[in-house]
Amino acid sequence: MAKQPDLDLNPKVSDEIRRTTCYMCACRCGINVHLQDGAVKYIEGNRDHPVNRGVLCAKGSAGIMQHLSPARLRTPLLRTGERGAGEFKEISWEEALSLAATWLAPLHKDSPNKLAFFTGRDQSQSFTSFWAQAFGTPNYAAHGGFCSVNMATAGIYTMGGAFWEFGQPDWERAKLLMIFGVAEDHDSNPIKIGLGQMKARGAKVIGVNPVRSGYNAVADEWVAITPGTDGLLILSLIRELLAAGQVDLDYLARYTNAPFLIDETKGETKGLFLRDEAGKPLVKDRRSGELVAFDTPDCQPDLSASYSDAAGQTHRTAFQHLAEAYLIDEYAPEAVSSVCGLTPERIRGLAQELAEVAFSQSIEIKQPWTDFRGQRHESMIGRPVAFHAMRGISAHANGFQTCRALHVLQILLGSVETPGGFRFKPPYPKPMEAHPKPHASWTPGAPLSGPHLGFVTCPDDLALDDQGKPMRIDKAFTWENPLSAHGLMHMVISNAHAGDPYEIDTLFMYMANMAWNSSMNTGAVMDMLTDKKEDGSYRIPHFIYSDAYASETVAYADLILPDTTYLERHDCISLLDRPICEADMAADAIRWPVVEPGREVRGFQSVLLDLGARLGLKGFVSDDGQPLYKDYADYMVNHQRRPGVGPLAGFRGANGDQGGRGEPNPDQLQAYIDNGGFWSAHIPDEALFYKPWNQAYQDWAVELGFFDKPQPYVFQLYLEPLRRFQLAAEGFGERQPPDHLREQVRQRFAPLPTWWPSCGDEEQAESYPLHALTQRPAAMYHSWGSQNAWLRQIHGENPLYVPRKVWDEQGFRPGDWACLSSPHGSITVPVALMESLNENTVWTWNAIGKRSGAWALSPDAPEVKRGFLLNHLISELLPPKGDGLRWSNSDPITGQAAWFDLRVSIAKTVPPARSLPDMGAQTSPVPPAPQDLAFGQAFDHPGSDQTVNVETQEAAE
Amino acid sequence: MTSLPASTQRALGLAIDLDTCVGCHACIIACKEWNTANYGAPLSDRDAYGSDPVGTFLNRVHTYEYQPADSDSLDFQVTHFPKSCLHCEDAPCVTVCPTGASYKRSEDGIVLVNEEACIGCGLCAWACPYGARELDATAGVMKKCTLCVDRIYNENLPEVDREPACVRTCPAGARHFGDFADPGSQVSQLVRERGSITLMPEMETKPVNAYLPPRPKQQACGHTASAVQAKSAPETASPTGFLAWLDGALSRLEGSSSDKTA
Repeated sequence: MAKQPDLDLNPKVSDEIRRTTCYMCACRCGINVHLQDGAVKYIEGNRDHPVNRGVLCAKGSAGIMQHLSPARLRTPLLRTGERGAGEFKEISWEEALSLAATWLAPLHKDSPNKLAFFTGRDQSQSFTSFWAQAFGTPNYAAHGGFCSVNMATAGIYTMGGAFWEFGQPDWERAKLLMIFGVAEDHDSNPIKIGLGQMKARGAKVIGVNPVRSGYNAVADEWVAITPGTDGLLILSLIRELLAAGQVDLDYLARYTNAPFLIDETKGETKGLFLRDEAGKPLVKDRRSGELVAFDTPDCQPDLSASYSDAAGQTHRTAFQHLAEAYLIDEYAPEAVSSVCGLTPERIRGLAQELAEVAFSQSIEIKQPWTDFRGQRHESMIGRPVAFHAMRGISAHANGFQTCRALHVLQILLGSVETPGGFRFKPPYPKPMEAHPKPHASWTPGAPLSGPHLGFVTCPDDLALDDQGKPMRIDKAFTWENPLSAHGLMHMVISNAHAGDPYEIDTLFMYMANMAWNSSMNTGAVMDMLTDKKEDGSYRIPHFIYSDAYASETVAYADLILPDTTYLERHDCISLLDRPICEADMAADAIRWPVVEPGREVRGFQSVLLDLGARLGLKGFVSDDGQPLYKDYADYMVNHQRRPGVGPLAGFRGANGDQGGRGEPNPDQLQAYIDNGGFWSAHIPDEALFYKPWNQAYQDWAVELGFFDKPQPYVFQLYLEPLRRFQLAAEGFGERQPPDHLREQVRQRFAPLPTWWPSCGDEEQAESYPLHALTQRPAAMYHSWGSQNAWLRQIHGENPLYVPRKVWDEQGFRPGDWACLSSPHGSITVPVALMESLNENTVWTWNAIGKRSGAWALSPDAPEVKRGFLLNHLISELLPPKGDGLRWSNSDPITGQAAWFDLRVSIAKTVPPARSLPDMGAQTSPVPPAPQDLAFGQAFDHPGSDQTVNVETQEAAE
Repeated sequence: MTSLPASTQRALGLAIDLDTCVGCHACIIACKEWNTANYGAPLSDRDAYGSDPVGTFLNRVHTYEYQPADSDSLDFQVTHFPKSCLHCEDAPCVTVCPTGASYKRSEDGIVLVNEEACIGCGLCAWACPYGARELDATAGVMKKCTLCVDRIYNENLPEVDREPACVRTCPAGARHFGDFADPGSQVSQLVRERGSITLMPEMETKPVNAYLPPRPKQQACGHTASAVQAKSAPETASPTGFLAWLDGALSRLEGSSSDKTA
């Protein structure tokens, strides 16, 4: 045999590694960026990083292709053609910023509410909201309203934290994990790491999802539930557990409001808690029989108590109300099974499994701790049943109550903040009362009265003016959706176009593809942005947009402020914002320019600081009018929200040795860079569980600056704020809902979770028999991925997946196309068979379809020809009910966009030339993309002397 | 014709856990990213932003739906199947090579292509029953999994990182790298514990890589009819019966409590 070639087994890897934070999706993993000859060569996961511990997903590894994308914008742009055409001229930053300031200055001075400033998948919301507050407009929010506000809000109202960013399963100790409506997205790598750990340990995973892909494919058991019925299944599980006494009574008595006494007398306090003079809810102490404040040291709250005054019994505990609400035949497995698409035996079996693992396989950690009533506990008892849920249950109009129901189930099992269950991540837990209330009162030339977004607890907190009119353009915090804690981004353009509740002058958006995949009713939104008044001017007069790439929305804006890629910018992943902590530690992180952009682009946050200074906004200029911050990096280090507390918690103080609190440290960013781009602080062992009630945790949280004094609280099984809205709907109180919403509020605001069929009734099911869903693939993040030469080879087109029953009924064959219709419209798309699918559900991957001319793709790209959006079938409004009113297609409690309530009919059709509708083409504002790539050619290649003559992207750098 | 070594000192390869792989494609892209800038010619992408983008990948994930033969359930299973070179003991891609470019290393069994000797004839790709080789359309040479031969011994990398890029990145921990000739290695142990699926045994290629099979799915909840086992027998599922049970249960709870006041 011939001699083997001599290989260089020790080739040089790179010149240098720079460690920063990924931004290929919202999970914020740590990455090692390898540079050679000054260019990015290779990106891998950072092994030290708390989020991903070295691993990296497909998106993260494809970051090079995003960084080198031909769709990158290169310079500020001013529109020259009609909106939507994509015709621009290149202008300088000075021209761009002066023009923006010219539009914005009069608004700040006279009517700040004429600016609507909304950001998309923004990870700097504590900063962007600070800017909007200083500008004085009430019209600010990010994308949560159309994403997952039900999940976040139900979690915070019920237990002071939610899934993903605020908490996680106890991956190390859980013996059973049940996931509801989880596709392969948030949070990407931690879930995969955790599932891998559980699989290796032989723990069981149950996936509840109409679609069996990704995580549900590897689950030990798959529950093919009918969309929108998860809440009903959960309430049936609760009934079965209650009926068998399989609930954690000790936990419920100590750590929840189950023992709170509820007023049962008729009148304006019916359904509210009995309180002492200081306003603290009262419980009955089991030993003394006395009424005491719930947090009285050493008291033993009685779950079965009642209270009587002279006239007779007036109050019983929340727990008794809960038992009454759920121990009814309507929630029996036999009664719910056909609606959920399951058998009664399956539902009973699931309840049995939960009970068995929670109570027969409980675990104990020998770690003493002291609770907020001063009681010392010798160990930590765990109920090793963990849950995780995502958009599959939150993106329905019944989503808030469904998410609440899931939390009630977790709490009844005693599996929140106990070993093996669900654990909070600092700075959570944090009760609803610790969050701000919404603020919407504006004053010309002055900052807004307080933070925009918050948690309302009664009708007085709503953002309504003296006439009861909505104060925000998106109508957040109104009777239509009182608890809209993330705003309603999906209503902004529609309302601004309609001038309802008022007209605006300037729409200012960041990183939100509203003219495409981030809007319901995409075609209509495009029309609204291009619609003109009789005088020929646009109905929405100005639209300023910042994006790093040539997205669909760029074509609809008047002024483009080009952002950098994520490797070229400063960012802070802040504890003031959307943290990256783990259950065992607090952590935050930075991005920093590991390479400099060779284009006339600027990080959006630095641009906002510049605009803030030009406009003279408070907090952005000194008393003598000079800019307070040079750029975002300067702000990250020197801004203080409260004395000693700033955007970054690590390496504070003059010596950089303080965590949490401390004076600004001029060398802070270098300290982050030296530490791998992040900072972390471990929670003491005694404080690792029972965080809302654990004295050691509360003290640690104060030390770190999450709050200024301990704030223990109990979980809200019974949600009193909802009852206050119901009371208003029943006619009590000054602030009353409009009559057309009275019944909606009365019905939907049940203080104990309920379920209703948000996907429509039987009549609608006759015309539109199928549910239609989208999921986000693991290897693609919204529209960002399509410009990525590597990822688009995995997801360049998206068929409509059809279950066997429908496939056979329609006589589909591979390669066929179908017309899919909803009450709102029709699309024509390619179909594919999927067996592991709920038999009444069709689905597709999210946001693969593209408008011709966008993202530097060729006009005949598969994303254009065979990709499609379901968005065309979904309206922000429900079909007319014949009452002359416009009913919003959203959760009546939070305003969460009800994407997944969509119902459709399907019919086989002749394949068209491309997927329909055809939304026309836009002119690309960037040069044509290269034909072929051979990334890596520019670097020295060991083992080959091949030279390849192709246009390489890095050569163009 | 090229000959195979009579034996190799080690048998390096991958154990891929089909029970754990979630099909996320992380390994595909990490592989492409490392290998396009390292061993041999870049992995090119033709028509990268056009109507028919086709690039070279050394690893691809396929997803299959099937009804397990040994299951009495009608449920379909979904399995993700990452496919790359299996570094076969009797590698037909090597013996078919007319120039000696395809070879199996005698020291560790890795099957490689010496690109300087490769004429791009494609015979090896035809000979491989697994479709694990791709001819790069731009460079005109055959590309395949190198088991990251330029990582696993590379002293310029920290020791912990001397493993293939796909293994280092796999978020679910479904990919394991090691020496199948060493019975004490982690990959050998995994195969002993879990068994392995031999792909197309009739081809007699003797793959080195191992696929750990999907574990049998656990019996679905409710397969056998049973109500929730009552914890301490509440008398009835009605609210009044529940209250009576609750009082008793709370009394029993007090008796068993060991907590004390600090």
